[in-house]
Amino acid sequence: MSTLKLDLQTYKDLMKQYIETQNEQALYNAEQFSKHSIQQNISPDEIINVHFQALMELYPDVPDDIRNSMNFLLETMISYGLAYQEYQALREKQLELQSELSVAAKMQQTLLSTVKPEYNQLDVGATSHPAKQMNGDYYHFVEDQEGSLGIAIADVIGKGVPAALCMSMIKYSMDSFPEKRMEPSIVLEGMNRVVERNVDPSMFITMFYGLYDTKDNRFFYSSAGHEPGFYYSAKEDTFKDIEAEGLVLGVDRDTSYKQFEQQVDPGDMIVLLTDGVTECRSGDDFIEREEIAEVIRHYKHLPAQEITDQVYSHFERLQDFQLRDDFTLVILRREV
Amino acid sequence: MNLTIDVEHNGAEKIVSLSGEIDAYTAPKLKETLLPLTQESEATVIVDLQQITYMDSTGLGVFISALKSTKEYNNTLKLVNLQDRVYRLFKITGLTEIIAIETDSTVRGGM
Repeated sequence: MSTLKLDLQTYKDLMKQYIETQNEQALYNAEQFSKHSIQQNISPDEIINVHFQALMELYPDVPDDIRNSMNFLLETMISYGLAYQEYQALREKQLELQSELSVAAKMQQTLLSTVKPEYNQLDVGATSHPAKQMNGDYYHFVEDQEGSLGIAIADVIGKGVPAALCMSMIKYSMDSFPEKRMEPSIVLEGMNRVVERNVDPSMFITMFYGLYDTKDNRFFYSSAGHEPGFYYSAKEDTFKDIEAEGLVLGVDRDTSYKQFEQQVDPGDMIVLLTDGVTECRSGDDFIEREEIAEVIRHYKHLPAQEITDQVYSHFERLQDFQLRDDFTLVILRREV
Repeated sequence: MNLTIDVEHNGAEKIVSLSGEIDAYTAPKLKETLLPLTQESEATVIVDLQQITYMDSTGLGVFISALKSTKEYNNTLKLVNLQDRVYRLFKITGLTEIIAIETDSTVRGGM
């Protein structure tokens, strides 16, 4: 039907065919006519105009009342025609915005990309998925000159573009820290001042910073109001919360952060996450933290990267593949 | 899910009773009501969260803004009757240390 001509003659023929036969084929043709008209941006009032003319040509002696009623209908439809034009314009605008946004999202991915470090004794896995195009979560690995591994994980409240812009600021501030040993409490205190100065009062950022000393397998960490991660002890086969209370970034510029320390034994895992993980919903229920720990336990025989991927797939399935919030999960496991 | 906001003016005391969910969709409405109250002179704003069944981090943002503006105008902000899940959010983010929060007439956090 792609050769259907959108003119008065075609419409008249189709209408005549229907009036005479009232068969399905004629109706199908009418449907095709309207589909083609939509593709050609023909507005509803124009179709009525065509109908009116076809009617007059087929039945020149249509009573005046009917003729007048058609004029009346035409007048009534004009606003629909205008609305349709507006809709077309908005549609184009939306496509434009969408493509701009996807360019921005790509840029963000490049900006925030981080290289997963390789160590003999440390198996590292990380995954991060935005709920919409832009990601308000952030994780970053930094190797310092003394062979320690710094891990930052952060979550901006809110989603979408404002959150993503904020995250880029965090990334640059982190990059400008000197490359000698980065103590978690000092990193967070610095970041707190940056956020407090530069971010709107209703916006805030939660952040966890950990430093893994690869020489003696000790893990130092501080938290700025970030969702607690889990520490998995291989010897006891238990998960416990990594408790490290501290105020979110950007609320009070003079906040100081406590630093904690954990000895990491072979097989032990450090699990860091954002509240996109704990705020997953299945149906109307929230996922409890114990459930997350159980899912990780279920996959713990796999390499760290596969664990993070499997856990993400698991919760994505539970939510019918519609994330409500950005989702980030990082796992470090001491191998030897 | 919706958010219902009731404001009762009891002299200097403004009692804001909330019911429903505070999330990205309802938070702007809460902010619009709450912020002007924190800017009145010598106001004590008491927010009752007993009927709040869900709150996400956007809600925390509103309370942080309210706290900042309360301080700016030398007023007082107090949150009362928080359900466990909601209280946990304030606890994790360290906000219990800087916002006065009362649960079952026990002060859990101080100024």
